[in-house]
Amino acid sequence: MIAGVLALQGAFAAHQARLAEIGVESRQVRRPGDLADVDALVMPGGESTTMSKLLVSSGLFDPIAARIDGGLPVLGTCAGMILLAAEVLDGRPDQRCLGAVDITVRRNGYGRQLDSFECDLELTGDPGGPPFHGVFIRAPKVERCGPAVEVLAEHDGVPVLVRQGRVTVASFHPELTPDPRVHARFIDHVHVHVHGEAP
Amino acid sequence: MTEPVTPEHATGTFPVKRGLAEMLKGGVIMDVVTPEQARIAEQAGATAVMALERVPADIRRDGGVARMSDPEMIDGIIAAVSIPVMAKARIGHFVEAQVLQALGVDFVDESEVLTPADETHHIDKFAFGVPFVCGATNLGEALRRIAEGAALIRSKGEAGTGNIVEAVRHLRSILGDIRRLTQADPAEQFDWAKQLQAPLPLVQEVARTGSLPVPLFCAGGIATPADAALAMQLGAEAVFVGSGIFKSDDPAPRARAIVEATTHFRDPEMLAKVSRGLGTPMTGIGMDQVAERYADRGW
Repeated sequence: MIAGVLALQGAFAAHQARLAEIGVESRQVRRPGDLADVDALVMPGGESTTMSKLLVSSGLFDPIAARIDGGLPVLGTCAGMILLAAEVLDGRPDQRCLGAVDITVRRNGYGRQLDSFECDLELTGDPGGPPFHGVFIRAPKVERCGPAVEVLAEHDGVPVLVRQGRVTVASFHPELTPDPRVHARFIDHVHVHVHGEAP
Repeated sequence: MTEPVTPEHATGTFPVKRGLAEMLKGGVIMDVVTPEQARIAEQAGATAVMALERVPADIRRDGGVARMSDPEMIDGIIAAVSIPVMAKARIGHFVEAQVLQALGVDFVDESEVLTPADETHHIDKFAFGVPFVCGATNLGEALRRIAEGAALIRSKGEAGTGNIVEAVRHLRSILGDIRRLTQADPAEQFDWAKQLQAPLPLVQEVARTGSLPVPLFCAGGIATPADAALAMQLGAEAVFVGSGIFKSDDPAPRARAIVEATTHFRDPEMLAKVSRGLGTPMTGIGMDQVAERYADRGW
C-alpha cells in the first residue's frame, strides 16, 4: 500500500519519516495526479489557512473531497484536523474545510505559541499501556463531537484524538515524537476496514 | 540534542519551540510594517508575518540605529491576523526580547538587520519560553546559535538588497559543510568542531544525522518566485521574504506567486505559470554597492 502525504506546506516530511519507520511507503501529494494510486492520505500540521488556499489553487480540494466520499482513509494532525472538520471557529472567512469528521474545532483554541505545550496522553484501547507523548503547537481545540465520532484520547476532558469511520484526526503532532503508535493504528485500521486483512 | 520527556503539561520546552519551526516548513514568512500589509500577507497565504518598523531596504537607505519596533505597532499586527507573528530584537539585546515575549509574539528573530546591542554575546535563548530564529552564514555560526537555544536557523543572505547571491552563498556553505561532515570519521569530527568553533556534541550529531538539529530556512534577498524555488531546491525548508514583496510594484500577486513557488518548487511548469505578469520586482542592488554588510554582524 502507498500512503499519500499532503505536501503543500507544513510537517509532511516528519510524517513520511514516521510512516517509513513502520514500513509504509509514502508519496508527496502536491497536484491532483499525485492522488491517483494512494490507498490512504495524511494531512499534516502546518498553517491551515495557507493549506486551504493551496488546496484550492492546486486543484486538490475537490478530488480529495471526492476520494474521502469514496472511502479514502485519512489521518489529519493539527492543521489537518482543521481542514477535515465539519465546522471551524476563528478561521479565516475564506478558509475551506472538507467536513469529513463531525466535530467543531476552534483554531488556536489552546492559545498562541507561548501556550503551546507537551504532555502525556492515555490512548483508549490500550489500558495500562505506556502514555503517548503529545506535542501541541498553537493547537486546534475540539469544542463539539457529533454522535458518530469515537474519542481515542483526551486531555483535561477535551478530545484530542478522534475517529469517524475511516478518518482519524489529532489536535497534537504524533509526527514530532518517535512513538509510532498513532500512525501504526491508523495503518492497521486501513488494512482491516479497507482491505479486510489482519494487520 | 537530548530532549527530556515531560509527562505533565509543559510549555516553552525545546520540542515545543522547535515544533512551531516544523509547522512553518514549506511556507513563506513575510515582512510587514502595518496591519494592512499583515492582512495582505495572510490573504496571500503567508504562514507567518514578521512585524517590523521598516523593511530592510528602508533601514539600509535611512541609516541610523535600527531597533525593536514600537509595541503598539506589534500589537496592531497581532490583532490584525490569525497566523503566527514574529518580531525582531537586536543581537544581544535580551531586554528587547523580554518585551517581545511579554507582547505575546510567537517567534523572536535575533536579527543582524537591526543594529547589534552586543558585539560579543548573543541572547541566552534558553532563558525564554518564546522560540528564537537566528541568522547564519556558515555551519559553525548555525551551531553556535543552536547551542545558545535557537529553535530555527535561517541564512542571513544580505537583507534589503533584493539580491539572492549572498543567501545562495550561505546555504551552499551550511549544506555543503553538512554533506562533507557526514563523511568525517570520529577523529576528524574533533577537528571539525575546532575549525567550526562549534560544540563537539552538535558537530557529532550533524555528522550522524546529516542535518541540523533544527530546521533551516532561507532569508536575505528573495525577490521573485524563482528566487524562492532556488532556495528550496538548494535545501532550504522554507523562506523569509523581507523587502521583496512590499517594495515591489504590486505586492499581493507577487506574495501569492512566491507562496505557490515555495510549494511547487520542483515544478518548472508551475513556476513559469506563477511567475507571469507580476509587474516590476524591487530594483535591488549589487553587492559592490552595499555600504554595510549586515551578514558580518553576529559572532
